[in-house]
Amino acid sequence: MKKSFTPVVAGLSLLLAGSVANAAGELNLYNWGNYTSPELIEKFEKKFDVKVTITDYDSNETALAKVRAGGHGFDMAVPSHSHVPIWVQEGLVTNARVDQMENFKHVDDQWRDPVWDPGRQYSAPWQWGSVGVIVDTSVYSGDINTSSLVFDPPEELIGKINVPPEMLDVIHTAVLYLGGEACTGDKDLLRKVRDKLVEAKPKWKSMDYGMIEKFAGRDVAASLYWNGAAFRAKEKNTDVRFGYPVEGYGLWADAVVLLKDAKNVENARAFMNFIMEPENAALMSAFARYANSIKGSEAFMPDDMKTAPEVIIPEEFRAAGQFYPTCAPEVQKLYTAIWTELQK
Amino acid sequence: MYAVRSGPVLVKIANMMFKQKFSVTRMPGFSVVAMICFFALYMPLAPLVIYSFNEGNNIALWEGFSLRWYGSAWENELVQGAAIRSLIIASFASVFATIFATMAALGTTRTKPYRGQMTIYAMINQPLMVPEIVTAVALLILFALIKQATNYHGFAYLIIAHTAFCIPFAYLPIKARLEGMDNTLEIAAADLYARPFKTFRRITLPLLLPGIFAGAMLAFVISLDDVVITEFVKSAGQDTLPTYMLGQLRRAITPEINAISTVLLGVSVLLVTLIFFMSRKRGN
Amino acid sequence: MDKDATQAEEKQNTNLEEVVRQQTVRRNILLTTPALVVLFIAASGPLLVMFLFSFLTPGDYGGVKWEASTQAWFQVFFHTDIFDDTVSIADAHLSILWRSVKLSGLTTILCFVLGFPTAYFIATRPAESRNFWLFLVTIPFWTNLLIRTFAVLEIIRNAGVINSFLLAIGVIDAPLDMLYTDTAILLGMTYVYIPLMILPIYASLERFDFRLVEAGYDLYASRLKVLKRIIVPLIKPGVIAGSILVFIPSLGAYVTPRILGGGKNLMLGNLIELQFGQGRNWPLGAALSLTLLAIVMIALIFYVRSAQRAGAGKDS
Repeated sequence: MKKSFTPVVAGLSLLLAGSVANAAGELNLYNWGNYTSPELIEKFEKKFDVKVTITDYDSNETALAKVRAGGHGFDMAVPSHSHVPIWVQEGLVTNARVDQMENFKHVDDQWRDPVWDPGRQYSAPWQWGSVGVIVDTSVYSGDINTSSLVFDPPEELIGKINVPPEMLDVIHTAVLYLGGEACTGDKDLLRKVRDKLVEAKPKWKSMDYGMIEKFAGRDVAASLYWNGAAFRAKEKNTDVRFGYPVEGYGLWADAVVLLKDAKNVENARAFMNFIMEPENAALMSAFARYANSIKGSEAFMPDDMKTAPEVIIPEEFRAAGQFYPTCAPEVQKLYTAIWTELQK
Repeated sequence: MYAVRSGPVLVKIANMMFKQKFSVTRMPGFSVVAMICFFALYMPLAPLVIYSFNEGNNIALWEGFSLRWYGSAWENELVQGAAIRSLIIASFASVFATIFATMAALGTTRTKPYRGQMTIYAMINQPLMVPEIVTAVALLILFALIKQATNYHGFAYLIIAHTAFCIPFAYLPIKARLEGMDNTLEIAAADLYARPFKTFRRITLPLLLPGIFAGAMLAFVISLDDVVITEFVKSAGQDTLPTYMLGQLRRAITPEINAISTVLLGVSVLLVTLIFFMSRKRGN
Repeated sequence: MDKDATQAEEKQNTNLEEVVRQQTVRRNILLTTPALVVLFIAASGPLLVMFLFSFLTPGDYGGVKWEASTQAWFQVFFHTDIFDDTVSIADAHLSILWRSVKLSGLTTILCFVLGFPTAYFIATRPAESRNFWLFLVTIPFWTNLLIRTFAVLEIIRNAGVINSFLLAIGVIDAPLDMLYTDTAILLGMTYVYIPLMILPIYASLERFDFRLVEAGYDLYASRLKVLKRIIVPLIKPGVIAGSILVFIPSLGAYVTPRILGGGKNLMLGNLIELQFGQGRNWPLGAALSLTLLAIVMIALIFYVRSAQRAGAGKDS
């Protein structure tokens, strides 16, 4: 696509309107940054003669706070699975009856009735992935499918470990590692979790994002992190592997919801239906490098993603993966206390 | 003369460059520190600019020269829009903030202490003292009410929010300049029956200009930098460059950001050169 | 002179002074109004909202519930152990506060040490090129904070420029571990905040009358003495403005500590952010930030009072 671009005109029109409506319709999508395939959007814009405006957020909490406050102007958002029930409960989303949309037939069986959205009425599937351990196998050559690499690290990895600054992912993984269940309020177990984390922290190098570069530059050798990053890091550093901890690991899925105060409801519904078409779902995945939930999309996927163990979870590790539920507020409080103590 | 062992070459270069001869203004070692400081300011920009020409999609791993990220930034409406919005907001906010800050500085400096002055100080400096996230969350809630009531979603919210936190940054240098700027000239002008406004325009303002200039520049870059408040105040389609980048933090940041930053740097360098030659002309 | 006449004249003078004083006050208030209005809408108003929030109950998923509670303020100062419910002083908050104050103080000092000579250098350039040098200070800040912080990261990492250079010239044998340390945070914050020190110092140095320095030399003062006795006292307002602009924002800094410090240890800004984000405890976040505000306010009031006293002392 080549387009002529005049900053002055663009600037002025931005000032006057906020979004320029040349097309017949509009659609305002609120999504994670760098997560929406431009090709997908372009295709949608052409097909429906709709101008799509994308606005970014960086965390579920920010997105929730903004949408709850109102007056934001978004039509749809893409919260993570653990937040979907919150959005529904707080009355922020409309029941779009995704299950009755034409392309719902393409949704893979295991995604048709997820725990966080029974009957899949509210949310259309976007992409999903897992939180496992990325390991540089040139530093550590043992078994990588265990979260002990982070919580009881072997000698070779001490001082070279990263943990993402994601409270729930870290604490849930530690809880599973110590034999508990996600969102547990069992204080005896949580005490062990705290002690384990406090004990392990000096062996970590950082609690940070940006692991693709860090693994590529060999600054860290192991990290609890997302599978998509492992996939990308491996392109730069061929020693990188992604492990699925047998003690249990987290799965996540992002899902498109229709907001209650949406102004462009019909376009939003069209978009939800649109992304469930295999070809379009493949476009999404090809851009963001995460798996989608649509049957038949494999045919349109880039070759390197069709068999990658980072994207397709190997059969023997499937059972250990789980979607963390939304924790009760009391439990959340305990976790925050542990997290603060860990970083004091 | 003093032998400055820490960097005689630098001093020599500095002296050559600026035809600095021994004078009362000279402080030994200061030029060296200044040169080190300028060097340190620009050194980290080197990788930033270099990686904008990276062939690979990584901001920290060199894979060969290419202009692909400039091409991709040029085609990316999101990045372009964000950059333009950043500049527009920063321009408005820094102009408003500087005007208001100058007025406020005139109203609070070189005057007998009056009741309420303390409150005014506190209010002006408050944006400095409260972490951004706090103002951001509160503004989100306040502005959301206004947005719902008026159905206006434009830039005004962002400009007001930015103007507010830019005010102390503009105010402090201006106030520092005003303090101790003795008012003999102004009194002389008043004695010569110059009207107050004329005195201000002809005497106070020119004397104050370096402070105003410093304040305006600070305000501009502070606005250009803001992430948190913008993230919470923005409406649909109002991403600025920093919020656009924040959104990528958890995933992967590509050299596209380096490319757009390099372009911004280029623009600013161009501006500086322009100002340099213009002031040269005037100087002659 | 006749005693009565003198008294009458004095009385008239005070009346006149009173009128002038009132006029000045009115002028001052008019001048400050626009700034105060904007600040009220987008800074003080929000703070009032936060004050209110700090006395409410946290919502289940962020936000607040409209039920009064002083729990947040209690949590700022006291820590209730989640396991045995014992109450103790909130040492986590104290150690985070101390770390923030320490690093911000060091940042301010480092900014001054580098920034003052730089400002001095700029102010002693010929008048027409000063703006050029000033711009040179601000150009790096046209790129945004995040990417600047990443640039610093690039410089100080193990395979970065500094280590490669030091290794190449043989000063060190193994790369210095700078990334993810307090030194990294310090360097990063200095880099980010130094213009905030340079510009105000420059603004007050620019009008500095170097004849005073000349007079000092004529009286056989050494350079150091000239610096200490003549220059520094006269540019004090600039130094103080710069220190405020560096110190206070560093206290609440959030991006730089997280990226360069590796996020293992929180600073105040991160702690407060945590409460509004993943921690889902807005009232505590509000109470923590009001505590920070109170600390800074008290320090500033002390400063203004002592400055006024010093100023008054100088006048008499």
